[in-house]
Amino acid sequence: MNNAIKILVVDDFATMRRIMKNILKQLGYTNIGEADDGTTALEEMKKTTYDLIISDWNMPKMTGLDLLKTVRSDPVYREVPFLMVTAEAQKQNVIEAVQAGVSNYVVKPFTAEAIAEKLDKILD
Amino acid sequence: MDANLINPFINATTNVLLTMAFVQCKVGKPYLKKDDKAKGDVTGVIGLTGESNGTIAVTFDQGSILKIVSNMFGEEMTELNHEVADAVGELVNMISGQARRELEELGRLFHAAIPTVISGRGHCVTHYTDGPKIAIPFTTEGGSFIIEVCLEA
Repeated sequence: MNNAIKILVVDDFATMRRIMKNILKQLGYTNIGEADDGTTALEEMKKTTYDLIISDWNMPKMTGLDLLKTVRSDPVYREVPFLMVTAEAQKQNVIEAVQAGVSNYVVKPFTAEAIAEKLDKILD
Repeated sequence: MDANLINPFINATTNVLLTMAFVQCKVGKPYLKKDDKAKGDVTGVIGLTGESNGTIAVTFDQGSILKIVSNMFGEEMTELNHEVADAVGELVNMISGQARRELEELGRLFHAAIPTVISGRGHCVTHYTDGPKIAIPFTTEGGSFIIEVCLEA
């Protein structure tokens, strides 16, 4: 596991960005950027090249699913791991995310252990 | 209102608070709420569509929400500010998401909007439909809160 990787946390709620950043720091990741929806995430990704994207689903302007689809069509980010963290876990949502190329999926509420387990799977 | 529609919200609330804030809560007896007055200091409201239309509102008193958010952030929160309001919105979002998953398992599909937050002593909780307002009181170590579920008949 490389703790120097750059991680972008995308969520419209500052609360969830804060909780996720706290967990990532506990896990030893300190190189963390943030964005409050898909459009600001894309702007941030032009400024800095990220190694992992952790995104919420339901956001204004551009959803996490649309962000995922855009990322997967971008030559720079096509292969970058994308973890969806969301309250939306109805069957159709999971199917849509998998079809769009999500790397893994975490359902809110979650524990730090659940995030660590998903990151291990994605990054190893 | 069908009790099967209420239990998922009780289960979701206890699980969300335990998982994200390590807060145990005790459920009181549900009752029919007759007025719009909030029984607390800050409320998160989220609209539902699908099986039927309606709203869920969660109203926290200051003591309960400050303890919950302090635990979520890992630092002590001492006042009801925009950070606490943001956390209330996310809590309602998570409660709605988990309850809707349990409802889907019962064959009842609901979709949710993005939550809004209202604060201030004596504020009103307006539901978008005129169905019965079922209130479920909870107590925690820090204080109390109430969930209101209002769905079209």
